[in-house]
Amino acid sequence: MKKTLFGALLTSAALTFGAGSAAYATECIAPANPGGGWDFTCRQVGKLLYDLKLVDQPVQVTNMAGAGGGVAYTHVVTERNEAADLIVAASSATTTRLAQNAFAGMTADQVRFVGAIGADPGVIVVAKDSQFQTLGDLVEAIKADPGSVTFAGGSAAGGFDHMKPLQVLKAAGFDDIRSVKYIAVDGGADAITQTIGGFTQAMTGDMSETIGFLKAGDIRILAVLTEERVPGFDDIPTAREQGFDVVAVNWRGLYVPKGISDEQFNDWAAKLQAVADSAEWKQVMMDNGLAPFTKVGADFQGWVDQVVAETVTLSKEIGVIQ
Amino acid sequence: MEILANLAHGFTVAATPFTLFLAVVGCFLGTIFGALPGLGPSNGVAILIPLAFTLGLDATQALVLLTSVYYGTMYGGRISSILLNIPGDEPAMMTTLDGFPMAKQGRAGDALVISGVASFMGAFLSTVGLVIMAPLLAAIAYLFGPAEYFALYLLAFLTLGGVASKNQAKAALAAALGLGIAMIGVDNATGMPRFTGGNLHLNDGVDFLVAIVGLFAIAEVFIFIESHGKNSAIGVALDKVSIPWRDLRSTFGTMLRGSGIGFVAGVLPGAGASLGSFLAYMAEKSWLGSRGRFGTGDPRGVAAPEAGNNAAAGGAMVPMLTLGVPGSGTTAVMLAVLMTLNITPGPLLFSERPEVVWGLIASLFIANIVLLIMNVPMVKLFVKVLMVPAWVLMPMVTMVSFVGIYSLTGSYFDLVLMVGFGILGYILRKLDVPAVPVILGILLGNEMENALRRAMTISNGDWTYLFSSPIAIGLWIFAIAGFVAPFFLRGKLKKPPVPATDDLNED
Repeated sequence: MKKTLFGALLTSAALTFGAGSAAYATECIAPANPGGGWDFTCRQVGKLLYDLKLVDQPVQVTNMAGAGGGVAYTHVVTERNEAADLIVAASSATTTRLAQNAFAGMTADQVRFVGAIGADPGVIVVAKDSQFQTLGDLVEAIKADPGSVTFAGGSAAGGFDHMKPLQVLKAAGFDDIRSVKYIAVDGGADAITQTIGGFTQAMTGDMSETIGFLKAGDIRILAVLTEERVPGFDDIPTAREQGFDVVAVNWRGLYVPKGISDEQFNDWAAKLQAVADSAEWKQVMMDNGLAPFTKVGADFQGWVDQVVAETVTLSKEIGVIQ
Repeated sequence: MEILANLAHGFTVAATPFTLFLAVVGCFLGTIFGALPGLGPSNGVAILIPLAFTLGLDATQALVLLTSVYYGTMYGGRISSILLNIPGDEPAMMTTLDGFPMAKQGRAGDALVISGVASFMGAFLSTVGLVIMAPLLAAIAYLFGPAEYFALYLLAFLTLGGVASKNQAKAALAAALGLGIAMIGVDNATGMPRFTGGNLHLNDGVDFLVAIVGLFAIAEVFIFIESHGKNSAIGVALDKVSIPWRDLRSTFGTMLRGSGIGFVAGVLPGAGASLGSFLAYMAEKSWLGSRGRFGTGDPRGVAAPEAGNNAAAGGAMVPMLTLGVPGSGTTAVMLAVLMTLNITPGPLLFSERPEVVWGLIASLFIANIVLLIMNVPMVKLFVKVLMVPAWVLMPMVTMVSFVGIYSLTGSYFDLVLMVGFGILGYILRKLDVPAVPVILGILLGNEMENALRRAMTISNGDWTYLFSSPIAIGLWIFAIAGFVAPFFLRGKLKKPPVPATDDLNED
């Protein structure tokens, strides 16, 4: 009997611990299970907000997984619309899904995107012995025969990883993007494995996913989809300098409920800017393969609106949405 | 020699009093998480992540804690499979098939000891495999493309009908039901939601854990209520635990084979421990043919899946560490932890962070020995958790099921879904349809479909691509043989089974 009680108590204690209980502190919702990118954003930003004395109490992280962030999004819009002490982790995946109506009718204008404070640059990768030496080679091969190249990526069809090569091809003047072949596998590392194995000809993903394989010499990065070359990887050319004007980065940031006042919104923006400027955050970015990418407040909201509009156009062309 | 030096280095990292303490705590918690239906390896590990961060553990310590929990759940899952006929977690599902019949025959203690030793063998051998072959094995992942994976899952699927010993048609029906449930959720190949009824909660599909807890634990509660405890599995007695040396000797070969199969299944990214235990069980069943009494309490039917799932747990570490590709759901969670600890798994991890890798491997050996002690001589301690009067146990099982599932997603929806599965499980029980193939259908169906869709995309719709490599062709031959063979063997099977003791020397 004692053992039973002990077991049950232990379990419930551990569970309570895991789930977290609401307190009167700032809450950061990570719309995924512990350990993922959104969880990382909440925990790191939450920690720095408190360490830098931008909030009075430690930030409470709540994990609310489901539907690729849709469950948390619905929760915020319908139940927490005026919560001024709530921030929610977001990334490119959030806006891509919103643009594609993957959150059951929810739209991007039902919350306010308050800021991005780092980004994982998009990359196009081939195996080390691939015939393609430059992004141009790859694009020409697809133009000549779209069936000859298959991309592997970690997101579902129509997801952010799928969009990257399509944007490059659009920029190259290739309009038949529905003929571009893409397979969705379980994560970036799996996509690289399939590419090294020769089952797919190229991989599309985030830079952080590729670093181990890059250092081991198993792959070559044909292009990084940023405005400038990434510090520390100065020998990898951008798509832009190869003549394809595409910038696609997986930003890490936050949104807040729609119903808060402009003053509260600007307050959050200022706090995020302070986190982004701190030496601690710069260290965190370096440790985790993130490139600098800071946009806050109205500036960020405007950029998000533009990205969403572009994604809608592209998604319609490939038939993910009508 | 270099391996031994590295390993010695690993032990110096792992064998500090504090890390040993963490290993013991992790093993204990893991066994309990595993034994309680509703809490499996992935949420067991996920629950402890915040704890690891709060305690400020360094990379090696955090890994020791989490891998001990992982291995512990693999051991613990069998306890409720055997005693309650409710798998403690999904890889322990196959253990119910022979473990529970053994318990009903009054051999619960034997089943626990055999499965405990099998778990140890599986985990130990796969850890040795990890040490010797990790860098070589990483290359296997490069040989498996969509066509090969499709053939592998097909092999599993075509042998599914044989899971039930009595009525194969019912097993096939159950598998088809699982396959249907697997179709729910966003289709990876098009990004379109299917059969979700517009409900966001179904976009990610049905979680196996929700299905398994519903079909087994909640259904058991319904049966219990209906029959006032008479037809329920609850209440199997366990008198004394002694070591059945004879059975251990006779299942030794089974454990070795199960470990080998499980390890390979674990190494392949995506296949995981459930496939490992399933293939180990089915392979043993067909290997023994009419000489086995599978499904009716054959000790080998307990040894094979337990060796298989524990070996797969070790095997799954290979792609996780060497490629950064998780080999199972739990390693996916652990991979995320590694990233957060600023360790990037991948081809360079062994050379760049040897202290982490070898510390981890050393701690796996330590955890294994701790677990063997906890799960064989001290197994009664855990059994006591499940051996309480039914009026205490049933509410507890129900509560832990609900809390466990809620901790997965924090959504009420999964609780409703779980009760739905409970009702389905009750109906299936009444119709005498086995529930195990439903789960396997969900689990394998998803992966099999994804593999087929990827293959078709790559080949521009050319079906011959599925037979385009020697590995794929080999798997197809096995798959077809596995499906067709029972028809030819049927005549043979009708002969009276040879007494189990006669085949000892043939193993």
